[in-house]
Amino acid sequence: MLAFTLNRLIYVTPVAIGVTVVCFLLVHITPGDPLTAILPADATLELQEQMKAAYGFDKPLPVQYALWFWKVLHGDLGNSIATGRPVATEVLRAVKNTLILATVATMIGFTFGTLFGFVAGYFRDSWLDKLASFISVLGVSVPHYWLGMVLVIVFAAQLGWLPPTGAGPDGSGDWRPDAAHLRYIILPAVTMSVIPMGVIARTVRALVGDILSQDFVEALRAKGMSEFGVFRHVVTNAAPTALAVMGLQLGYLLGGSILIETVFSWPGSGFLLNAAIFQRDLPLLQGTILILAMFFVMLNLAVDVLQTALDPRIKRG
Amino acid sequence: MAVTTVDSVAPPVLAERLGRGYWAGVLRRLSRDPVAMTAAAIILLIVLAAIFAPYIAPADPYKSSMIRRLRPIGTPGFLLGSDELGRDMLSRLIYGGRLSLVMGVLPVICAFVVGSFLGVTAGYAGGWLNTIIMRTVDVFYAFPSVLLAIALSGTLGAGITNAIVALTIVFVPQVTRVAESVTTQIRNRDYVEAARVSGARAATIVRVHVLGNVLGPIFVYSTSLISVSMILASGLSFLGLGSKPPEPEWGLMLNTLRTAIYSQPLVAALPGVMIFITSISFNLLSDGLRSAMEVKA
Repeated sequence: MLAFTLNRLIYVTPVAIGVTVVCFLLVHITPGDPLTAILPADATLELQEQMKAAYGFDKPLPVQYALWFWKVLHGDLGNSIATGRPVATEVLRAVKNTLILATVATMIGFTFGTLFGFVAGYFRDSWLDKLASFISVLGVSVPHYWLGMVLVIVFAAQLGWLPPTGAGPDGSGDWRPDAAHLRYIILPAVTMSVIPMGVIARTVRALVGDILSQDFVEALRAKGMSEFGVFRHVVTNAAPTALAVMGLQLGYLLGGSILIETVFSWPGSGFLLNAAIFQRDLPLLQGTILILAMFFVMLNLAVDVLQTALDPRIKRG
Repeated sequence: MAVTTVDSVAPPVLAERLGRGYWAGVLRRLSRDPVAMTAAAIILLIVLAAIFAPYIAPADPYKSSMIRRLRPIGTPGFLLGSDELGRDMLSRLIYGGRLSLVMGVLPVICAFVVGSFLGVTAGYAGGWLNTIIMRTVDVFYAFPSVLLAIALSGTLGAGITNAIVALTIVFVPQVTRVAESVTTQIRNRDYVEAARVSGARAATIVRVHVLGNVLGPIFVYSTSLISVSMILASGLSFLGLGSKPPEPEWGLMLNTLRTAIYSQPLVAALPGVMIFITSISFNLLSDGLRSAMEVKA
């Protein structure tokens, strides 16, 4: 197991370094000089040169990358142009809010996804299967930002049951696990849960179908095991893959929360990214993307290792 | 985010039945699939409406009217109501299909071409070329799709072309992975070995033996990306990173109508309905195509 984990780490390291290169280059593909975003429009030539040297823009690209990478390794992602605060602090605070939202959404999605998936897989080709499969196709096809709007229209604008935007009653504050804040997470979490629900339902349906058609299920039934006992075997066999898909979904939600967070003004990393793009706050943009992508890489690694630990059938090495 | 399906779907099984007979069979099976045919009909209808928009649309999609803002659905002269600037919703939805479809479908076509080229090259050549291509793909694959799309179009700057470029970059790694995996499978078949032994040049083997067998699965996989691409493309416009006002485009319309969710909720939700219908139709058609092409002979 340790050997396998080390093996995966060795494989992931170049990918992670590649991710930092892409994040570094992102700033350099922006049209125009990155300095224009920092400097006032009437900056003198002298000041421009000074800033260029201060930011290291006068050095060749590989050197700039090395300097930047060294800082990143020490947790220094630079300062936000808009607020002047360290990017790392801003991003981590926002990521916490997104992580909460994405976790709740994944749990809702996993619960309903496995439910629909099991029903569809068990009753293959019945009307129940068709219904459950149709719901999961709806889940992966719906433009979630639109679904968010519709939920706001129904539950906030029309019925007035839930707040339309924000993470809490105190405006722009962070989400906290108490009764007053609970009302605020319902709509964005339900909206966000639709995609993992669809994906997990599709996966579980295929898994259950596969497992049920295997010989050992026949053998279990032949030896007189109750249908519930057989069901338990199916669950154990489907669990590793289903859990792996759930882990990956959490990662996708973390990185893809920007549209939903924009609709609900949720103070998370997507909202921050949106602000960074439109204020052309390049250090903040770069830092947010880097941290989210690294989260995703690490999560993938963790899922990989856990899945192998859970499922002895997967070849190690 | 819906892009996520990608990982959970295994690369399509190879359908190694070539020739006219095979494709005729695929079409026949597809035509017997009522769900896929309904989806195809809806897509055809939306595409035709977009192409012939000037002849079908009852009004000018750009003509605004300050005194006819946010009329409800069913108002005489405004069959589907009017938007926040008094423009006819029905006309804008019909015209909106033009940009939304192009922005959704074009990236997948580009990714199909580029990804097939890279994947087949990597899969057939193997060795260091494979390593270079596939490790680069791994790096881009390491980003969640939505994040990569938004990061790229955010840094490239708002605009339709940049949005299409960004989405293409998002989909190329996914297509490349599938293309590489099916090509590697084909490369190890006996008949490819036989062709090589009998002295066929690499280019000939790829053209005759490899492409014929791998393009089908890559194509099916690519069609499954269209739905995601439509949602993402409109999503970029929704964020203000795609098309610009006053262009009629579903995602952008959805964004500008957000101010109307209290006064005209039904009208405000309409552009999203169009994105939803188109995306689900592409998904169902792709599912139908997948099973039509994989049916065991």
